[in-house]
Order: sequence, then C-alpha cells, then structure tokens
Amino acid sequence: MDNSIIRVETLHKSYVNGSNALHVLKGVDLDIRQGEMVSIMGSSGSGKSTLLNIIGILDNYDAGAYYLDGIKIEKMSETRAARFRNKYIGFVFQSFNLISFKNAMENVALPLYYQKVSRKKRNMIALEYLEKLGLREWAHHLPSELSGGQKQRVAIARSLISKPKVILADEPTGALDSVTSEEVMEILKEVNATGISIIIVTHENEIAAQTQRIIRLRDGIIESNEVNHNFSNEVSAGVLLEQR
Amino acid sequence: MFDKDRWQEIFIAIKQNKLRSVLTAFGVFWGIFMLVVMTGSGNGLVNGVTQGTANFASNSAFMWTQNTTKPYKGFRQGRWWNFNNRDMEIIRDQVPGVDVIAPRLQGWDVSQGENVHRGLRSGSFTVNGDYPAYNLIDPSEMIHGRFINEMDIHLRRKVCIIGERVYEVMFERGEDPVGQYMKVSGVYFQVVGVFRTLNPNIQLGSNKSESIYVPFTTMQQVYNYGDRVHYFGFTAKDGHSVAETAEQVMAVLKNNHSVAPDDNDAIGHFNVEEMVRTMTYLFLGINMLIWIVGIGTLIAGAVGISNIMVVVVKERTKEIGIQRAIGARPWTIVSQILTESVFLTTLAGFMGLSLGTLVLHGVDTALTHAQASMPADEQVFFTNPEIGVTMAVASLIILIITGLIAGLIPAQKAVRIKPIEALRHE
Ligand SMILES: Nc1ncnc2c1ncn2[C@@H]1O[C@H](COP(=O)(O)OP(=O)(O)O)[C@@H](O)[C@H]1O
Ligand SMILES: [Mg+2]
Repeated sequence: MDNSIIRVETLHKSYVNGSNALHVLKGVDLDIRQGEMVSIMGSSGSGKSTLLNIIGILDNYDAGAYYLDGIKIEKMSETRAARFRNKYIGFVFQSFNLISFKNAMENVALPLYYQKVSRKKRNMIALEYLEKLGLREWAHHLPSELSGGQKQRVAIARSLISKPKVILADEPTGALDSVTSEEVMEILKEVNATGISIIIVTHENEIAAQTQRIIRLRDGIIESNEVNHNFSNEVSAGVLLEQR
Repeated sequence: MFDKDRWQEIFIAIKQNKLRSVLTAFGVFWGIFMLVVMTGSGNGLVNGVTQGTANFASNSAFMWTQNTTKPYKGFRQGRWWNFNNRDMEIIRDQVPGVDVIAPRLQGWDVSQGENVHRGLRSGSFTVNGDYPAYNLIDPSEMIHGRFINEMDIHLRRKVCIIGERVYEVMFERGEDPVGQYMKVSGVYFQVVGVFRTLNPNIQLGSNKSESIYVPFTTMQQVYNYGDRVHYFGFTAKDGHSVAETAEQVMAVLKNNHSVAPDDNDAIGHFNVEEMVRTMTYLFLGINMLIWIVGIGTLIAGAVGISNIMVVVVKERTKEIGIQRAIGARPWTIVSQILTESVFLTTLAGFMGLSLGTLVLHGVDTALTHAQASMPADEQVFFTNPEIGVTMAVASLIILIITGLIAGLIPAQKAVRIKPIEALRHE
C-alpha cells in the first residue's frame, strides 16, 4: 500500500526486569493509511501504550519491523529520534503534560523552539492555533489557570503546530468528563478532516465508536481489526461553533 | 544562548527555590570572595615590602668586623679588629667580581646627645661618612641640592647632605638649605643637599631620614677615625654571584688581618641577593597558599552547585521527558543545564568578585588615611591591596569553567532520562 503512514510487521516487545522478561507485544501487524482515524482498544495492561510509544519512537522494539511514512525506523541516536518526532508526530497525553511555568501560548510554541524558529514568529503561529481551538483569550494564562478541557485543547494545539503527519493520543479523554470528552473528540475529528492521521488509545466504547477503524488488542496480539460501519465523517460542528 | 525560553527556565528554577539557590551559590560566592581578598592582601604585602626595598641594589652585600673566634698566627681568639682604607684598595685590585664598593663610617661616638646646632636650633642626629658609590647601592632621591661627589672626597670638603627629618628640625619650612652652615659635633659643615631614601624599609643601623652624610675622607680626618672603615657595601658585577664574590672578599680581608681562614664569625655579612631570593620564595609560597585555599573553597562551591543541579534535574524529570517527546534534542537539554550551572556559578562568583574588590578598596582607603596621619618616615609594609584586571579576568574564566564542570554530571543525568520513563510517572 502506497499511502500507508504507519506500517508495523510482527512486532515484538518484552520488558526485561532483572531475570524476569515480560513479553508485552507478541507479533503485532498494523497498517494505517494517510488520513485515517483509528482507535486502539484493549483492557488495561494489554500493551496499548507500549505499541503507541514504539510508534512514537519513544521506545525501541525487539523484533519485527516498523515503517513510518515508508522509512524504516530502527535503533537510532536520540538526536535523530528527536528530529523524527518533531517532524512527523504530535503527542496528546491523558494528563496533558503541559509545562507548568509556561503560559498556553509558550507551551503551544515549544515544538517550534526546537526547530529554531524565532520567538516572535513561533508565538504568532501559536496564537493562530489557539485561535482555531477557541483559546485565543487564554493565551497568556498558565496551565494551572485552565480547565481540563482547555488544557487538552492547548496540548492538541501544541501537537499540531509542527504540522505532523500523525497524532498519537494515549487516552486523551481519560481525565475528562463526558461533555468535555465529546468536545475533544470533535476537535480531533476536525483535525483528522484536514488530512492528519490520528491514533487514539482508549478503553471507552463511545470514543472508539467515533473512529473509522477499531483495533482490539488482547494479550499482546491483535484480536480484531474492523472498519467501523457506524462511523460518520460529518463533523457535528455545533460544539465547536458554540465555543467560539 | 540568549533566547528567552532558556533564561525563563533558569529564572523560574531560581525563583521557585530562592533559599536553596542562595545557599548553593554562597559556596562559590565565598570561594571567589576569599580568593580576591586574600590575593589582594597578598599583593598588598608584596607591594608594601617591595616598594620600600625595590630600589636597593639586589646584587649587593654588606660586611663588618666582629671579634675573632679562633687563635691564629700568634694572635689570641676574641681579638677586636677593623677594616681600613688599604683593605678597600686590595679588594678593588684582587676581587674581579666586585663592581662598586662603598666604605662607610658610622659615627656613633659623634652622634651623642644634641650634636647638631644651627643658630637657636639643635637636634640629635646620626653622622655617616660616605662615598658617592653608596648612592648606587642604597639610592636616595635629592629633594634639594646634590649627593656627595668625588671632589668632596678628594678635597675632604666640609660639606654634608641631610635627611628629611634633619631638614625639618634644623630649617624653616620652605627655607633653601643649600649653602647654609650647621655645626655637627663641633665642626661646621656646609649643607649641599637634602635626600630622601628610596628604601625606607631597609635601615642600616639608624633611621636614614634622621641622618647626616658627610664625605668619607672628611669624616676620617675631622673626627679622628684614622684610616678606619666601619663597614662597607659592594655590588657584584653582572655574571658574578654575590655569595661567591663575598667569599673571595672575606678571604682577602682575613689574609690581610691575620684572621684564621676558617674563622667564619670574624666577619659579619649580609647578602641582599639571598634576602631577595628568600623574599621571592616567601611571596611565591604565600601566593600558592592563597590559590590552594581559594581554589579549594571554589571546588567545594562547585560541588554544591553540582549537587543542587542534580536535584533540579530530578525534579524536572517529567518536564524533560515532555520536552524530549515533543522534539528537544539531547544537546538542547544538556546546553540548558550547562547554561544554568554556568549562570549560577558566574553570578555568584561575580558577586564575590565585586564584594571582594569593594572590601579591598575600603581597606586601601583606610590605609591611605592612616598613613597620611603617620610620621613620613614610618615603615609601611602593606600598601595598595588590589587585584589586577588579569586576576579579575582569570577568575571569571575559572568561574565559567567551574560552572561547566559543575554542570557536567547533572547534564549527563538529564540526558539519560528516557522520555517514556519520565512520562510514565503519572
Ligand atoms: N517500562 C516498563 N517496564 C516493565 N514493564 C512495563 C513497562 N511499561 C509497561 N510495562 C508492563 O507492560 C504491560 C503493558 O503495559 P501498557 O502498554 O502500558 O498497557 P496498557 O497501556 O494497555 O494499559 C503491563 O503489564 C505493564 O505493567
Ligand atoms: Mg496505557
């Protein structure tokens, strides 16, 4: 498949703890196409985060192969890994992971700092993204002054600013109430509509139901990989419009 | 280096832990402060001593007679003897290493009581008989008139030059003393000059500012010293060591006066070259001590900074993980930690440097005031405590290097942080 953005072949990963080895991924195959929005489901401890970390080049794998945008990702220097992450991947975490002493705008602008974009320019771009996410007037607030939903929107803006090809979201709604979760999902769908692939790890069926494909992981192998027939690509823009 | 994001992190880190930052920085502050104050004081001592001796001929020695301690050629031990004019001739002829030689008379017996009179004024001053060559060994500057010259020696002129204090006592303030007469121990002398010694810290027998120098030959004749020489100074020619030349001079003298060649106590002598060498080593020793203590304190300070940075890195584990996940390279993190460490070290050190300089300046001012109210001829062994620009620049460079070294271990710890592990701490 030519337009695959992420391709994983018989991926194995074990965590070695002294003499104990925990075999977490036992031959995972995956192919995600450009512009797809998929969810990975599975019970706690089934290896979802492990898989996502490998895809995000935050961790190494033991056996198998991983291609990101057609490039084989193997053991590489941290500097090279950082460049790949910065160029291809945006992260959204369950606990937002904003930097506490930087305001919303500075947090969003941070990935551009590592690309050596000038301060003035990157702050301007950050403001544009905050505007898109309806947070323009919160730009100069610290994370501690924002609600959970606002924090996650700042985190999404941060993941978008370096124009990644894929967004990896590990339980992005795990710390949010259902109304806020719904808002965040609307935003992610809107982002997906611009052509960016999204992988969401979740164990909530309502979240998974809003993605094009649902991948179920169980004991380190893929149990099912199904197209979601209930998926509707129409963005219920109402939520977002209300915000603005 | 100078972008706002990096400085923001540094200031936030310092602000969040004000007390900790201050306590940490104090070690480095104190190290540099000590280094500056001690070096300045050391320099003050060196300046004080060398300023009062620097003009003294360092390639010189002085000799005087003492009782013999060995019987020789029919003479008993404990015999008193004197140098004389002939000795000086023979030394000039026979010891090639001698450059200039300056025989002296020290007029103890003519310096008793109120020995100097001029009109209604009188005073008690030391009288010395001197050759012009003396001014080459222990130089003076002339405030009025001239030094004793060869014609004075040759013609046995009854002229004299006087020390500053003599002038103050015997003349009106501002009065021109040259050409005036003074009665010195019963004999009239014409004053031809007023001298001020350039070596106030070296006194030979008497305070030079309270001395009267008359031509050596005149003194021998007028006060009945015959052909005696009380003591003499000489300088060694270039390429001749003072110690070796002195040995040769002493051998000649002993031979001349039937003193046992191995009677080491019959001639007293003082080798300026050796003294200077000793002083140089002493100063070197003091300087080394200062640097050892200063650098030691600085190292302790650097260890403190290093420790605190390790704690800071630990506290920021998660933050560093986030930064790494969104694209920060290891070098970004390393340079961040190093900048912070160098900044803390340099800031603290700069404060130490400033305060140290301030303290030295205060001491200098106080000393200047104290000296102004002291008698002019008072010996001063401590002047201009200060550190040079070189020293200031050197300590800044040392600080930056110290900061870099202090940051090395924490920076290494920061790079070892793996993004996943940092992010898993939830
Ligand atoms: N760094 C690690 N070292 C050792 N074991 C780990 C590590 N990370 C995860 N695990 C273990 O691997 C298994 C899968 O973890 P994870 O991928 O986080 O599961 P999930 O995200 O699906 O809940 C769990 O049993 C977990 O305890
Ligand atoms: Mg997980």
